[in-house]
Amino acid sequence: MSEPAQALLETQGSRLGRRPLNPVLIAFIIAVLLFVVGELVSPGFAAYSQIINVLRVSSFLGIIAAGQTLVILSGGEGVDLSVGAIVTFGAIIASRVIDGQDSMVLWGLAQALAAGLALGAVNGVLIAYLKVPPLIMTLGMASVVKGLILVYTRGQPSGRAAPIMVRLVSQETIFGIPGILWIWLLLTIVLTLVLRQTTFGRSVYALGANRRTAYLSGIAVQRMVVAVYSLSGFLSALGGFFFLGYTESVFLNLGDRYVLPSVAAVVVGGTSLAGGAGGYVGTVVGSIVLTVLQSVLVTLRMEESGRQIVYGLVLLALLAAYGRQYRLRQ
Amino acid sequence: MASTGIESAERRFWRALWDRLRVPTWVSYALLAVTVAVNASLQPFFFTLYNIQSNLNTFVPLVAAAVGQTLVILGGGIDLSLGAIITLVDVVVVTLMEGSMERVPMALLAGLAVGGAAGLINGLLVAYVRLQPIVATFATSFVWSGLALWVMPRPGGAVPRAFYRGYRDVFLGVPVAAWIILGIILLWLIIKRHRITRYILAVGGDERAAYASGVPVTKAKVMSYLLGGLFAGLAGLGIVANTASGDPYVGGPITLQSITAVVIGGTRLSGGAGGAGGSIAGAMILSLIGNIVFFANVGSHYQELINGAIVVLALALAGIPALRRRSA
Repeated sequence: MSEPAQALLETQGSRLGRRPLNPVLIAFIIAVLLFVVGELVSPGFAAYSQIINVLRVSSFLGIIAAGQTLVILSGGEGVDLSVGAIVTFGAIIASRVIDGQDSMVLWGLAQALAAGLALGAVNGVLIAYLKVPPLIMTLGMASVVKGLILVYTRGQPSGRAAPIMVRLVSQETIFGIPGILWIWLLLTIVLTLVLRQTTFGRSVYALGANRRTAYLSGIAVQRMVVAVYSLSGFLSALGGFFFLGYTESVFLNLGDRYVLPSVAAVVVGGTSLAGGAGGYVGTVVGSIVLTVLQSVLVTLRMEESGRQIVYGLVLLALLAAYGRQYRLRQ
Repeated sequence: MASTGIESAERRFWRALWDRLRVPTWVSYALLAVTVAVNASLQPFFFTLYNIQSNLNTFVPLVAAAVGQTLVILGGGIDLSLGAIITLVDVVVVTLMEGSMERVPMALLAGLAVGGAAGLINGLLVAYVRLQPIVATFATSFVWSGLALWVMPRPGGAVPRAFYRGYRDVFLGVPVAAWIILGIILLWLIIKRHRITRYILAVGGDERAAYASGVPVTKAKVMSYLLGGLFAGLAGLGIVANTASGDPYVGGPITLQSITAVVIGGTRLSGGAGGAGGSIAGAMILSLIGNIVFFANVGSHYQELINGAIVVLALALAGIPALRRRSA
C-alpha cells in the first residue's frame, strides 16, 4: 500500500476509534468537579443561588459563542475573532439609542442587531469570495470595528441600559431563575433544532466536513459561508445587548474579554476546530466550564497573572485530552 | 462562483500562472516604494537622518516578529502567542537589567533564551502533542502573558541610559537600527539556505508527502516554532531598546501585525510558499501606513478606523487572484 493511502486510512481509523468518551459529557463532569472544588475551598460556592449566578454570567459567553460555534462548524479554517469588537459595538449602539428608556429598547436592539449582521456579512463576503483567511480577516475586522466605535462615540460612550433590560438579566422568575437563562435555554433549543433538523443546519455540517463534496451535492457554498459569518455578527451583537443589561453602562473594551473564551468554549465543548463535528450543547457546557473555572480562581484569591497561567494550562490540558490530531505513521 | 472537478487545459494553464503570481514579492516591494513616496510627500522632513532614524527605531520589533511569524507560517503553523512572548521577553530583560550596564549582555542573552524556550514549548505542543496550532498557541499566549504579569505587574523598570542611547546612535554613518534590520535580513538569508528551511517548506506545503519522502516532519515543525520564538526574543529586545522600559501589555497588538505583514509580504497563510523578505517589506509597509494616517491630519478618532480599513483592503487585494481561481 502506498504511504499516503496508508496515512489516509490511519486518519479515518483513528478518527473513528479515538472518541471513546463523549466530550460534552467530559466537559459536564469537569464543570461539576469545579463546583465541588469551589465548595471545598469556600463553603457556599455551590449553593443553589450561587450556581444560578454562575450560569447567569455564563449566558453572555454562551450567546456570543453560539455564532462562533456555527463559524467553526462550517470549517475552512473558520474562526471569528471579531466577536469581541462586535459585542462592544452592539452594546454601545444599544446604550446610546436606549439611554435608560424602556420604550426605546426594541429600537436600540434592532439597530445593534442590524450593525452586527452587516459587519458579519462583510466578514463573510471577503472570506467566501476573496478567499481572505478567516483568522486574519476577522482580526482585521476587529480593528476596523474598534475604529468605527471611536468614530461613533468620539471616544466617549454615552447612554445606559433601560430598567427592563436590567430586570431581564437580574430579576428572578420561577425557581429563582433570571429571564436571561430562559432566553439562553430557548436559544439552545432553537439552535440545536436548526443544526440537526433543517437544511441550513445540515449544510453547515456538510461545509465543515468537506467543501468540495458540499459543493458537488448542490450546496451554495459561498452563500452559506456569508450566512454563517453574518449570523455570528448578529449573535455577537445580541450578546452585547444582553451584557449591557448586566453592566448597565458601556466602556470601550467591554467585549474584548470574550474573544478568546468564545473560541475556547467551543473547543472545550468538543466541537472540532477542523469543522463538521460538534454542536451547540457542547458550547453551552464549555461556556459554563470556563466561567466556573474563572470563578474558582477568583475564589482562590489568585492574582490576575496566576489566573491567566492556570486558564492557559487548563485549556492546554483539555485540548490534549480531546483536541489532538492524527499521527503520521503506521 | 462555479467550480468544477475537471479543469480544461487552458484553465489549468491560467491557474498555474496565478499560482506563480501569488501575491508576488515584487508587489510588496512596489507597495513599500509607494508608501515611502506618500510618506515623503506628506512629511517634509521624511528624508532627514533624524526622521529616518526614529522611523527605523520603531520598525525593528515588528520586522523581527514578522520574520519569526514567517518561519512558523511557512511550516504550515501559526503563532498566536508571538505578541505574548515578546511581552514576556520585554519584562524579563528589563527586570534583569536593573538599570546597570554590566548586566546588559546577560539580560539580552536571557531574553533570547526566554523567547527560544517559549517557541520550543509551542513547537513541542504542536509537533509532539499534536494540538492544532491556532488553539495551542492561543492557550500558551495566556501562559506567557500571565508569566509576564507575574514578573512585572505594572509598567516600569530601569534600562541603562548607555544601552538605549546606543540603540539610537549612528554607526559608520548608518543608524544602528538600520544595521540591526540588515542583520535580521542577513540572518534570514543564512537560515533560508540551511537545510531546515527546505524541510519547513516541504512540511508546510504537504505534510503527508513530506513525511512519505523522508522529511523529519516533527523536527521541522519544532524548529519552525523555535526559530519563531528566537525572532520574537529579538523583537522583545528591540522593544526594550526602543521604549527603554518594561510593560506587561506591550506585545499585544504585534501578533496581528506580524500575521498581516506576512500576508502582505506574499507568504501563503496555509504554508509552504513564500519567504521573509516580503514579510520584512510588509512590516515596514504597515508601520509606514500608520505614519501616513497620522500625518494626513485626519481627526484622531478616524485614525484607528482608517488604519484597520487599509489593512483589510490590502488583504482583500491580495485575495483578488482567488476570484479568478474559482475553487469552491
